[in-house]
Formats: sequence, structure tokens, C-alpha cells
Amino acid sequence: MNAGPSPSKLLVMTAHAALRALWRNRLRSGLTMLGMVIGVASVIAMVSVGAGADRFVQQQLASFGTNIIMVIPGAVTSGGARSGWGGASTLTTADAAAMARIPELAAVTYSRRQVLQIVHGSANWSTVVQGVTEDFERVRDWQVASGSFFTERHEKSAAKVAVLGQTVARNLFGAGQDPVGTVVRIKNVPFKVIGVLAAKGQSSWGQDQDDVVMIPFSTAERRVMGAGILGTVEMIYASARTTADLPVAAAAIASVLRQQHRIAHGQEDDFTVRTLEDMASASAAASEVMGNLLLAIASISLLVGGIGIMNILLVSVTERTREIGLRMAVGAKARHILLQFLTEAAVLSMTGGLAGVATGIVATHLIGRIAQWPTVLEPAAIAASFLFSGAVGVFFGYYPAHKASRLDPIEALRWE
Amino acid sequence: MTARAAVTPLIETVGLSRCYALGEATVHALVDATLRIDAGELVAIIGPSGSGKSTLMNILGCLDRPTSGVYRFDGIDVGGLDGDARAALRNRRIGFVFQSFNLLPRTTALENVELPLYYGPLPLGAQRARARAALERAGIAHRADHVPGRMSGGEQQRVAIARALVGDPDLLLADEPTGNLDSKTSREIMAMLHALNRSTGLTVVIVTHDPEVAAVTDRVIEFRDGRIVADGPAAARSPGSARPTGADAP
Repeated sequence: MNAGPSPSKLLVMTAHAALRALWRNRLRSGLTMLGMVIGVASVIAMVSVGAGADRFVQQQLASFGTNIIMVIPGAVTSGGARSGWGGASTLTTADAAAMARIPELAAVTYSRRQVLQIVHGSANWSTVVQGVTEDFERVRDWQVASGSFFTERHEKSAAKVAVLGQTVARNLFGAGQDPVGTVVRIKNVPFKVIGVLAAKGQSSWGQDQDDVVMIPFSTAERRVMGAGILGTVEMIYASARTTADLPVAAAAIASVLRQQHRIAHGQEDDFTVRTLEDMASASAAASEVMGNLLLAIASISLLVGGIGIMNILLVSVTERTREIGLRMAVGAKARHILLQFLTEAAVLSMTGGLAGVATGIVATHLIGRIAQWPTVLEPAAIAASFLFSGAVGVFFGYYPAHKASRLDPIEALRWE
Repeated sequence: MTARAAVTPLIETVGLSRCYALGEATVHALVDATLRIDAGELVAIIGPSGSGKSTLMNILGCLDRPTSGVYRFDGIDVGGLDGDARAALRNRRIGFVFQSFNLLPRTTALENVELPLYYGPLPLGAQRARARAALERAGIAHRADHVPGRMSGGEQQRVAIARALVGDPDLLLADEPTGNLDSKTSREIMAMLHALNRSTGLTVVIVTHDPEVAAVTDRVIEFRDGRIVADGPAAARSPGSARPTGADAP
């Protein structure tokens, strides 16, 4: 006597009725969905751009070398430089030599840089000339594409040899030419090109890392950048033996340098030790703030979309009062009416959500193509925003659906 | 008549009353109505507007519950059933025909007839076949794929009757079924209800203003001011007393 429709039949009939009702008012349904479309699409596009930026930064940091620790002159708070970089440097080659004795470090190197004109035949190019020691290749994990990097022998003898970055090689010699074995002039000093570095691309701050020429530090100091104080360096790079050694190594470096610089207890350091993890966590914190902000904006558009659904459903319930009364008269139970309108809300929001997913994916590709931003489509974010759109529909559809299910069939049948 | 008392009546009401609060005042729409209708009867309920016949109809159709008194449908005390149980009872055992047809617009006749079966256990395929058979019985099968907007009033009411019959009910309740139809179509619809009653033994209760409609039935129950003022065979009523409002009962 109380046997009602089977759940599968109820599902089919309810879905059919919902699709038909929405199709009848397709313009209205479409406009209502638009809120969900925009909401879901913006969530997906924002998450993709955020994830792309995140991954790009991670790649950049990773490309900087494995287990790298950088020492820069001056005290730098995590917010930025307090005293200027590269001014009168407080770091020396002796500091680097002292650091080399720390057991947790695999290698130590240091650099000085200057922007100089480099000439080959009639071609010339302004670039960053960087004096580094032979371990630079290992610490920065930066191999040569052709030829070889300079060795300890070149460094000891202040040999006039140079390793070119890809951008410099291309600009001086043209694409596809191998400059190894030729001679270039820096400040009128002839340098033999012994290698070309592998391409490294842009740094996370937008600088072309391949626009560089590497020469031995001793050569730079004595023959090219001589004006400075001998023995001072702009930056010391070290690499820890393992990632686990990083914190210990960083602490050891700080203590060695405080001794070297005779910094009394309680006095501020005149240098800053930074690990990749510091930089990674700083960038992660920044992208988290950004991500939360974007998510808040996207949530608001989903909320507005939900309110739109509730509004249109209330209109629909009023318009179809007689239909509801009739359905009740012929045997629909309150839960059948509730289910019918909830299904309409869910279909409305999930169709909107689906269109939003499609729009979001297209928008992500367009952003990647047009703005040249790195983007990463996150399947989890796509699934989550789609499911969330369904949840928004059911949440905002509940009130109108409940209202419909509580109508008095007699009143509803009489409604004009 | 003694045999009748032995079987359970299809409809039995005892001291049925229904009051509405209308602002400060209380409206007594139905007062102490006691009646019994057996299975297979063809009954007209007449009376002027506001006489309580629609209120009785709603209670008999399990859409409403009495304020006091007892209503038993085939021995089931409807007053003790909750909304879901009454919905199931309507779905399985009662068919409704309305004055304004109440067909879903932009929905084919076949799908309109199927509507009550949505809420029953019948599988989808069997449901469609049942709806076609009901359209056949109502003589409107040729319009199965038409929407109500493209049908005449008489055709629409036939579809509505098919919808009322599709669940194979015990009771058909018709509220002014000819109120929106011309006299020729009215006679056709009444002939059909009469034939249904005679051929299948379906109990039919018709609420009407129209003495011509009442005359087709076997028994007429007359209401005034919420009370039953007359109850007897239609033939016993003289043609002169059967005025449109039925106000002048003997």
C-alpha cells in the first residue's frame, strides 16, 4: 500500500522533469547559470595562475643549485635589504676560505660582477661579467653546453679564459655558431672562449640569467675589475652536502663569519646567510596570501551565483504553484516535491559549474598564451570547484524547495 | 438494504465538521455531516456556493482533514493518517477530475496521464503502457501526443479523466467536471462517467451546480450552510425542484 517509486525510477523521473523545466525557461536558466559559470571559471583560472606562479618560482629556486646557501653582505631582514647590496662589501676571499673548512659544506665559491662591454670582431654586447671560482659550476649546478668550464689551474694562474652565457654567445656570434676557441675582448683584454653555458632562462625576478660571461675570479680581480679592493667579494655561494645539512651548515657559516668579522656577542651581523628554503618559504607565504585573496573573490562570485539560483527558484515555485498542488493531489509526497526542486537547483548549478570548468580551462590557456604567464591546471581544484558549485546549488535551492514541499495542495490548486 | 450494511462502505463519515479561522471569526464550512457511500455508487453532491460541498470533497479526497468527526475510507480512519500516508492513499485509490482540468501545460496528453504513476511503484515502461490504455478508455487515445493548449475543453477533460483512471482507483472525485464545458460536451462527459460507473463499478462522486448533471446520477446529496439537507435518489427529485442552485429542496 505504501510502496512508492523505486529510487532509480524516482531519480530518472526527477532528473527528466528538472531538465524539462529548465529547458522551458532556457534564457532564464542560462542567465542564472552565468553566476556559477563565472564563479567556477574564475576559481579555476585563479588557482591555475597561482599554481603556475608557484611552480615557476620553485623551478627557479631549484635551478639556482642544489642545497645552495648564499651569503650576501649587509644585514637583510626577511622583508628586504636593510643596507644596500654590493656596496662596500664586507665579505672577503678569506671568509670563503674559512667557510670551506666547515664539514657540512661540499663546496664554496664566490663572485664579483660588473656590467662591461664585450667585443668580438665588429660585434659587441653589453653584459654582466662575473668573476667566479672554478667551483661555481658545481655549486650553482650549471653545466656547460659545449667546451668546458675553467679549472683550478686557470684560477691560480689568472688565465684569460671566458665561458659565455647563451644570450651573449647568440648576440656576438649568431645563432648556431659555436664560439669555443675564438677570442673576445673585455676592456681591451683578449679572452679565449673555452665554453658556453647551458641555457638557464629567466630568473624568478625576470632577469635573463644567460646574459652573462664567466671568467676566473683572480683574472677579474687583477685584469678587469681591478679598481676595487683586492680580496673583497660580492657574494659567497656554498652548497651543503645534503638537504638535511642545510640548517646546521647555515648556522656554522654564520658563526664562522662572526668570528672572521670579529662581531661581538649581541651585535648585529654585517652579512646575511640565506638558504633556498628561506627564499622558498618567503615566496610560498606570498603566494598563499595571493591565493587566499583570489579564492575569497571567487567564493563571493559563487555566493552571488547561489543567491541568483535561490531567487529564480522562488519565482519558479510561485509560477508553478498549481502544478505543485496537482502533483500533490495525484500522490506526490512532500519529499518528492522537495527532491524535484532541489534537483532543479543542483542541475542548474552543476550545469553552470560544468560550463565554468570549460570556461576556466579555456581562460587558463588564453592567459598562458596571451599574457605568457605560467599556468598549471590542477585537477583537484577543478573537481573541487565543480563539486562546490553543486553544493552551492543544493544549499541555496533548499529554501525554495522546502517552501514548495510545504504548500497546502488545496490552496495550491486554487492558486491563480 | 440489509445486505448493504454487512459490507464495509467505501466512504463513511460520522459527525464530520470543518472550521476555518477567518480573521476574528470562525467559519463553519461543514457541520456534522454523516453519510455513507458504498462501492459502485454514482453520487452527485449539490448545493449553492459556500454550502460546504467543496470542503466535503477535499476531505473525501484526503486532501484535507476534518476539524472533528470521523472519515473512514474503505474502513481506514483517514484522520489518523499523516501527509505521506494520505498522499499514498490518493495516489493508489482516488482519482481527481477538476473543473479547470489542471493539465500540465506544454506537456503531452500521454505524459499528463502518466503523472500519478510517477509516484507509484510501476516501472517506466509499464507506466507508459498503462497511460495509453487509460487514454483509450477515455476515448482520447488519438490525441496522446498533443499538448493541452491544442485541445478543446472536452478533449482536455477526457485527458484529465484518463489521468484519474490511470491508477485504477476505487473512487473518482469530480469537482464541477462540466463547469467549463458547453452543454453538448457536458452531456458527453457525463455519459462517459455514467458508463464508467456502470461498466466497471467505479464509485463516482460528482460535485456540481448543474441539475442536468445531477440528474444523470443515481443519488443526490444536497448541502446548505455546511449541512446535509437532502439525500435521496435523483429520480425522486421532481424536475421543477432541480434548479441550478438546488436551493429549493423539498
